[in-house]
Amino acid sequence: MTQFTATVTVRLKSGVLDPEAETTQRALERLGFELEDLRSADHFEIDLEAESVDDAAERVESMAERLLANPTIHDYEVEIERR
Amino acid sequence: MIAVIRFGGSNCDRDAVQALESLGTDAELVWHEDGLPAEVDGIVLPGGFSYGDYLRAGAMAARSPIMDEVREAADEGTPVLGICNGAQIGSESSLTPGAFTTNESARFQCEHVYLRVENADTPWTQAYEEGDVIELPIAHGEGRFEVDDDRLETLEDEDRIIFRYCDSEGNVTPEANPNGSKHNVAGVTGERGDHVAVLMPHPERATLEDLGSTDGTGVLEGFQA
Repeated sequence: MTQFTATVTVRLKSGVLDPEAETTQRALERLGFELEDLRSADHFEIDLEAESVDDAAERVESMAERLLANPTIHDYEVEIERR
Repeated sequence: MIAVIRFGGSNCDRDAVQALESLGTDAELVWHEDGLPAEVDGIVLPGGFSYGDYLRAGAMAARSPIMDEVREAADEGTPVLGICNGAQIGSESSLTPGAFTTNESARFQCEHVYLRVENADTPWTQAYEEGDVIELPIAHGEGRFEVDDDRLETLEDEDRIIFRYCDSEGNVTPEANPNGSKHNVAGVTGERGDHVAVLMPHPERATLEDLGSTDGTGVLEGFQA
């Protein structure tokens, strides 16, 4: 078994309104920063033991599918690193 | 008996029991860890802030073991009504389509809204006529109905939208939409049929004359239909 850290990034699908990101962008602009756009995402780091990178990826993808992301509004990405 | 499921952080559970009993419907609180009682004629997923809205509103409660029992009961035809946080739990657990997510305003909104009855041919709306305008309170930060356009079209074709936000005259307009919900959707029926439905507004808070409005009674009468 090898120890891995998986990083799951959950983003709103393109076209889905993100009122929190818009509010954050407006707040930055009020502070005098110039920016074109701001997107927010949730980021999860998961430590786990697995037989292989593929095994770890499969398990973490399943976690994303079943809880971390809501497929109706989210896309997600999984990255796996040895720990 | 109607089971009103209490999760950690539910806070409209007692209101729902009280409202149902005031309509002559036997209702009981059921703590989620105790599981569904054997003889249940209907289920309410009540409002509140289950598990602090962690991750997404309703996400945690939707994965609690009692929801497997709720899905089984729904499959067998038991009526299920999700209100506010219960609506979020319902959509998070795939009982109903779409998602309820952050209001367009990015704020918690607590106000009265008008709703137009879109389909009066469901247990939850049979007390009304199609096109009727009712007034109910909302109290949510994540009530914006979101679903992809194709799916929404299918839901509309299948008459699955039961309520839309509207003005006092029944006009469905962007101004009358409190939270940015797609096509002003406030409530939808479930994947398993009309006996399952969710809505963001609170019918149980509009069942007593003394509290200003009884427009919500018709929704709760769905359990007797």
